[in-house]
Parts: sequence; structure tokens; C-alpha cells
Amino acid sequence: MHSFLTGILAVDPVPWARAQMAFTLSAHIILVPLGVSWAFITLIANYRGVRHGDTDALVLAQRWSKYMAITFAVGAVTGTVLSFEFGLLWPRFMGQWGEAFGIPFAFEGLFFFAEAIFVSIYIFGWRRMKPWPHFFSGIPIAICGIGGSVSVIAANAWMNDPSGFTLDKAGRIVEVDPWGVIFNDAMPLMAAHMVVAAYVVGGFMIASVYAVGMVRGRRDRYHRLGFLIPFTVAAIAVPIQIGVGDLLAGWVYQNQPVKFAAIELVPKTASNVPETLFGRLNDDGTVSGGIAIPGLASRLANPSMGTDTVIQGLDAVPAGDRPTARQVTIVHWSWDVMVGSGMLLLLLSLWYGAVWLFRRDMPQSRLFLLMASASGVLAMIAMQAGWVVSEVGRQPWIVYNLQRVNDAATANTGVWITFIGVVVLYAALAAATVYVLRSMSARFQREDGHDLPVPYGPSDHSVSEP
Amino acid sequence: MSTIAAIILFTTVIAYTVFGGADFGAGFWDLMAGGAKRGERPRRVIDHSIGPVWEANHVWLIFCFVVLWTCFPEAYASITLTLFVPLTLAAAGIVLRGAGFAFRHAVFQTRDRRVFGAFFATSSVLVPFCLGAVAGAIASGRVPAGGQAGDPIGSWINPTSILGGVLAVGTGAFLAATFLVWDARRLDEAPMVEYFRRRAVRAAMAMGVVSLVGIFILREDAEYLFGGLTSRGLPLVISAVVGGTAALLLLHRQSHRGARLAATAAVAAIVLGWGVAQWDYILPESLTLEAAVAPDGTVIAIVVAAGLAVVFILPAFALLFRLDQRGFLPEEGADDTPAERRLDSPLPAVTKPFGRSSEQ
Ligand code: HDD
Ligand code: HEM
Ligand code: HEM
Repeated sequence: MHSFLTGILAVDPVPWARAQMAFTLSAHIILVPLGVSWAFITLIANYRGVRHGDTDALVLAQRWSKYMAITFAVGAVTGTVLSFEFGLLWPRFMGQWGEAFGIPFAFEGLFFFAEAIFVSIYIFGWRRMKPWPHFFSGIPIAICGIGGSVSVIAANAWMNDPSGFTLDKAGRIVEVDPWGVIFNDAMPLMAAHMVVAAYVVGGFMIASVYAVGMVRGRRDRYHRLGFLIPFTVAAIAVPIQIGVGDLLAGWVYQNQPVKFAAIELVPKTASNVPETLFGRLNDDGTVSGGIAIPGLASRLANPSMGTDTVIQGLDAVPAGDRPTARQVTIVHWSWDVMVGSGMLLLLLSLWYGAVWLFRRDMPQSRLFLLMASASGVLAMIAMQAGWVVSEVGRQPWIVYNLQRVNDAATANTGVWITFIGVVVLYAALAAATVYVLRSMSARFQREDGHDLPVPYGPSDHSVSEP
Repeated sequence: MSTIAAIILFTTVIAYTVFGGADFGAGFWDLMAGGAKRGERPRRVIDHSIGPVWEANHVWLIFCFVVLWTCFPEAYASITLTLFVPLTLAAAGIVLRGAGFAFRHAVFQTRDRRVFGAFFATSSVLVPFCLGAVAGAIASGRVPAGGQAGDPIGSWINPTSILGGVLAVGTGAFLAATFLVWDARRLDEAPMVEYFRRRAVRAAMAMGVVSLVGIFILREDAEYLFGGLTSRGLPLVISAVVGGTAALLLLHRQSHRGARLAATAAVAAIVLGWGVAQWDYILPESLTLEAAVAPDGTVIAIVVAAGLAVVFILPAFALLFRLDQRGFLPEEGADDTPAERRLDSPLPAVTKPFGRSSEQ
């Protein structure tokens, strides 16, 4: 009996720890874009409402802030789990690198603290505070959201480009330069790419809710506005996002050639490398499947050299220092998904922009609305895929070229149990979140059936009936 | 440097014990408030009291972790390695608690409220118990340094840890009750003032008894800590006793503001006493602060962050509490409020500053 129990309990923690980390991060990152961009989008509506006496906009702002209270709370608790997990899953990582890796989180904490404070003031202050002070209490939320995510990304970027410290012969940190840690080389582009992603994802997610409403025939001004504000924000952010992504790809090409080889599916160093769409890497180092576009990968990696650009292959480093064939395939597919989704979103944004330019109105066709309804999910998929590229592409390193994931994990063999627990807990959390948001929305719709009191002034352009 | 880092660390621990503790304590009273009908009024006071502030209160824990893992990374690694189970439970409890509370606010059917409320309330007891047990494990020297795990079970199920857990739940409840008395008065809920006052008194007496028993437990189970408490920590122990007694007397005399301050001071003194008693170890008798501390650069970064917190966060935090105390943050409005208030419309008096719409 005893050996049976220890047999069950003695499961290698490393794969489970990785799975748990990846799972909880992917869950948290769903809420992050809303935390970063929703306040900004709400403030646009709030501004319209207050400045131009636009009741629809004001109602939108109020309702959005109430939803925000929920998503922010869920973001906060899932984020707190992450801070436990750093230690619970990766004690040896934190023990060795905490004095450097951990620093950005001090500043992240400041931003989130300020954010939490102003979120409370903004959400709870609608009824009693004066409109303009209330509006201004929302501005720090938007700023701190950006600051907080930049700080977190600084820590993640440090894992890609560890710098700002001195090691002694035994490999322990003896000196730390906090500035060098935070402003590591990978940080500016990654941070920019993530912040813009937050606006892309947040904007499309919110807009797609109203797009669904419009598809179902709720084409009143309220729904239109609820669509236009976030969609415009996202549509502006998409081209920027792609531009930043291109720069980031250039950085990876220069600094993490192994990751780049995985992204482009390049087993052997060569020039005139084809761009392979999908396909897979076999254990013997051959590529099968997929559609190859000759020379394109080389051209994109360095346009000025064209097809002469040499791309370092996976074989340039020993097998133990690069991702496994399966991981390479995952990275490569995720890359294609991210870039593919980005292109689709770009098309959608261009369509919107062009129609707006010529007709001063949004596209009315059903196809557009259907695509817009899917845009939120699509953007979310792009972002998740981007993180998989970044994180799996870094394997087997937790700290690039300095510490392996295997050497960082906890020795606790019960991680598989906590992993299952976390999955169950988060499934319940997700179900409850969706349930609560939906019941709020149902209640708002019921309210719209009644004559609404107009908050500011006697004018009567109240919310039209659905 | 190690002293500065330790001071910052303990400041965050104290802040979390006071603000987070009061938050957990409110959940404790929620749990004790009885069925849906009987418990409605106390629950309303509780909701009002922590609604706008719980998220901010909670961030202290994160600060505490961040200071620990940057300034004393080896200690953080050892603690998380050994105390895997209670920390995992605490993390799960934090999820249930935060989500339960936020959701309860946003739903309307009694049934839903009950379910979410139950998660909120039970985890409000689970989390401080686990964290108190973690503190007990550290204080009684059960967390070994040097990358090896201590006893995965015995490290947190032992007399000192249980004492720590009970104290954490109890002091939270005590603090919360003194805060809630104040909130009930602010909300003009006279019967609730009496309700929470009585509970504050009971919690204070219970904590007094637990502390007395605790002295004997520590003498047997945590010698280093006991030695510290009876020597360099003695003034703080005495302050805690004085603070607690004063809070009791003030509650008796209906001086609620004073009681709140005295209760806060008493709890802060206990936590500080713990810190001073295990000086200069971060993990008693196995890792000193001096040996565990990070390089100067890291500590300086944390000092800078702490400075920024004093300059920017404290005023904002004060603003939040002030707005809350003065009733500017009534509700999210996500409530079954009467129709004319459903839009959370500002009071008529404040429609003035609205440029266009008021001109219409
Ligand atoms: C809306 C989301 C979104 C969209 C449309 C794109 N990305 Fe992205 N991408 C992300 C969201 C994202 C991300 C989730 O935010 C990542 C993960 C890590 C990071 O810094 O950003 C990311 C990572 C990431 C990386 C890896 C960075 C690293 O490993 O450190 C590269 C090279 C690119 N992206 C490049 C692109 C390009 C060339 C795009 C053009 C279509 C693109 N991304 C669209
Ligand atoms: C600041 C942000 C982040 C930090 C500090 C971080 C840190 C980590 C750590 C410590 C690990 C485990 C070690 C390893 O496998 O390398 C990991 C793995 C992973 N993370 Fe991240 N991560 C961050 C953001 C994200 C996000 C947002 C996602 C969302 C999808 C993500 C996806 C993953 C995945 C998929 C793995 C597993 C990789 C594998 O084992 O193959 N990460 N991350
Ligand atoms: C503004 C946007 C974001 C919000 C509102 C948010 C919310 C939170 C919250 C509330 C916490 C708990 C810690 C605390 O309260 O300080 C947290 C922690 C965390 N978040 Fe997020 N998050 C945001 C951005 C991000 C991004 C962009 C990532 C990664 C890609 C990320 C990854 C993490 C990680 C790794 C932690 C644990 C680290 C810690 O304890 O400080 N977060 N987040």
C-alpha cells in the first residue's frame, strides 16, 4: 500500500509544472487585454457622454465600468496565483535569479496598486462624484494598466535576454544593476508589442459583443456606438501591431537564432530559405507537409539582402540546447496562426477604414458584421499563439542560455495534483465569470425595455429599444 | 542593507495583516452571520465596508512576496519548497474569495448570492489560517535553508503553526469587528453598531485567551522565538497586550474611533514582535538576513520602489479611504436599486458642471 501511494505521488514534477504554468498564464492573459485597454475605451465613451451630453455613450461607459469590475477582479486573483506559482513551481529559478528577475515586479506592484485604487474610485464613484473629477479618476487606470504590463513584460523579456547582473565563478549573482535588468534589450519591443496587442485584443473583444448584437438586428444607436468606439481603437492598433511585430521578428533573428529557426522551420543553416506554411519537423530533422514559398523567409528576415540572407538552422546548436522537434512544430504553427490572424485582422481594419473614408459610415454588410463578431476571438488566438512562440521557442531554457527548465523546477512530486486542481478551479471560475457577465447583460437588456431616466438633463434621446 | 530590506519586508507584512486581515475578518463575520434572512443586515454592512477597498488591500500580499523574492530569494525558495501545501491552499482560497466576493456583488438572485457568498466567506477563513500556519512554520524554524525541502506536512501541522493560523483568523476577526462598528455607525445602522461591538469584544477576549495559551506553546515548540519574545521583543509584546486591553475598554465606552486605532496598534505590535523575536534570522536558526540578502543593487531598487509607494500610492490609498468613508463610493450600482437610481445618476446638485446638457 505504502509503495503504491509513493508510486502515485512520485511523478516527475517538471512536465506538470510546465503545464500548470502555461495553463495559468494563458488564463490570466485572457483578462489582461481588458485590464489594459478597457479603461481607455470606457473613458472615450465617458468623455463623449459628459462633453456632448450623449446619453448612449454615458450608459455604455457606466455599464462597461461595471463589467470591468468583474474582469479586473478575476484578473487580480489569477495574477495572484501566478505570483504564488513562481515560488511553488520554480523555487530554484527564483532562488537563483529572484534578485534580478524579481525587480520589475516591484514596479508592477506599484502600478497595479494604483490601478486597483483608481478602479475602485471610478467604478464606485458614478453616483456621487462630480462628472469631471470622476472622469479624471479613470485616467490613472489607463496609464497604470500600460505601466503594469510593461513591467511584467520586462521580467519576461529578461528571461529571453538576461542582463544587468554579475555572476561569480560558482554562477551566483554577486551584483545587480536594476536599470540593466528592467531595460534589457528584449524589453522595449516586447513591451510595445504586448501593449498594442492589449488594445487590439481588448478593442476587438468588446466590439465583437456588439457586432453579435447587430447581426441579431439590434441596430440602434446604442449598439452602434458600443461597436464603433472599441472597433476604431482596435482597427487603428492593428497596423501598428504588425509593424512592431516585424521589428520584434528582426530582434529575434539577431538575438535568438534558435528561436527564429523554430519559427521559420529551418533545420539546417542556409540561404534562400523558403517560407513554409504549417508543415512539421520530424525527429530526424526533415520537414514534411506544409506549403513552401521559395526564398521568402530569407527575404523577410533581411529585406536588403533578399534571398541571400543566411538563416541559422536548428542544427547550429547541440540537440540538448534547442527545442525538441515537437516543440519546434508547435512554435512554427503558432507563428503561422499569429501572423495569419494578424493579416485577417488587418484586412478587416482596412475594409472598415476604407468604407469610413468614402462613406463616412461603417460597413453595413452582414459579412462585415459576421467577421467583426469573430474578430475578438481571432485577436485572442493571435495573442495566445504569440505567447506560445515566445515561451516554447525559448525552450529548453528558462533563463536564456543560463538555466534550463529542468534545473529550475520544484522537487515536490505532487504537482500533478495541483495541476488538476487548478484546471478544475479555473474551469469553475470561467463558467462563473461568463454566467455573471451574461446575467448582468441580460439585466441591462431588461432595463432597456423600460423608460430610462436620463442621467444628465431632460433631453430625451434615451436608449432606444432593442 | 539586510536591515533595510527586512524593515521594508516587515512593513508589507504588517500592512497586509492589518488591511488584508481586516478584510478576511469581514469575511469571517459574513460566515458567522447566519442564514440569508438573519444575516442580511450584517452582510450589507460588510459589503459596504470592503466593497471598494478589498482589491487594494490585497495588493499588500503581492508587495510582500516581491520584497521577499527580490531581497531574500533563497528564503523565498526555501519557504515555497517546504510549505507547498498550505501555500497552494492559500492561493486557491484567494481565487475563490476574490471571485466570490466580486460575483456576489454583481448577481441578484438570492440563490446565486448564497453560493458566491459561501465561497467568499469560507475562503476568508481558509486563507488567513494557511498564511498564519506558514508564519508559524517559519517562526518555529521548520523551514530549512539551502534548497532542500523540510517536512511537507509536519512543517505546517504542528502546535506553532496552528497557533499562527488561529491567531491570524482571530486577529483578523477582531480588527474587522472594530472596523465594522465604525462602518455601521457611518451607515446609520444603529443595531449593527451594537452587533459588531459585541463581536469585537468577544473576539478580543478570545484572542487574549489564545495568546495566553500561545505563550506555553511557544515555550515548548519554538524556543528561539520564545527567547526573542521574552527578551528583545518584550516591549512589543507588552504593547500588544496594552493595545488589546485599551481596545476592549474603548469598545466598552463606545469610543469607536479610538478602539479601531488601539486594535490596529495591537495587531501591528504582534507582527512586529514576531519579526524582532526572530531577529536576525529570516529562517530561524538556519538562514540569517545577512546571508540571505540580495546584492545592493536589488535592495536599492526595492528602496526606490518603496519610496515611490510612499509618494504616490499612500496618498492615493488615503484618497480612496477618504472617499469611501465620506460616502462618495456608495455602490457599483449593480444592485436592485429603485428605477430612478438605476443609472447611478449623480445627485441633481451635480448636474451643473456639465457643459452642454445642463444648458439644454
Ligand atoms: C493581437 C495579437 C497579436 C498580433 C496580431 C500579432 N502578434 Fe506577435 N505576439 C503577440 C501578439 C500578437 C504577443 C502575445 O503579445 C507576443 C508574445 C510575447 C510578446 O512580446 O508578444 C507576440 C510575440 C511575437 C514574437 C516573438 C517575440 C519573442 O519571442 O520574444 C514575434 C517575432 C512576433 N510576435 C511578431 C509578429 C508579427 C510579425 C506579426 C504580424 C502579423 C504579429 N506578431 C502579430
Ligand atoms: C511576464 C510574463 C511571463 C512570465 C514571467 C513567464 C514565465 C514562464 C515560466 C517561468 C515558465 C516555465 C519555464 C519554461 O517552460 O520556460 C513559462 C512557461 C510557459 N509560458 Fe510563460 N511566462 C509569461 C507569460 C506567458 C504568457 C502570457 C503565456 C500565454 C500563453 C505563456 C505561455 C507559456 C507556455 C506555453 C509555457 C510552457 C513552455 C513549455 O514548457 O514548453 N507565458 N513561462
Ligand atoms: C494591466 C494589465 C494587467 C492587469 C490588470 C493584470 C492583473 C494582475 C494582477 C492584479 C496581478 C496580481 C499581482 C498584483 O496585484 O500586483 C497580476 C500578476 C501577474 N500578472 Fe498580470 N495583469 C496585467 C498584465 C499582465 C501581463 C501583460 C502579463 C504577462 C504577459 C501578466 C502576467 C502576470 C504575472 C506573471 C503575474 C504574477 C507576478 C506578480 O505577482 O506580480 N500580467 N496581474
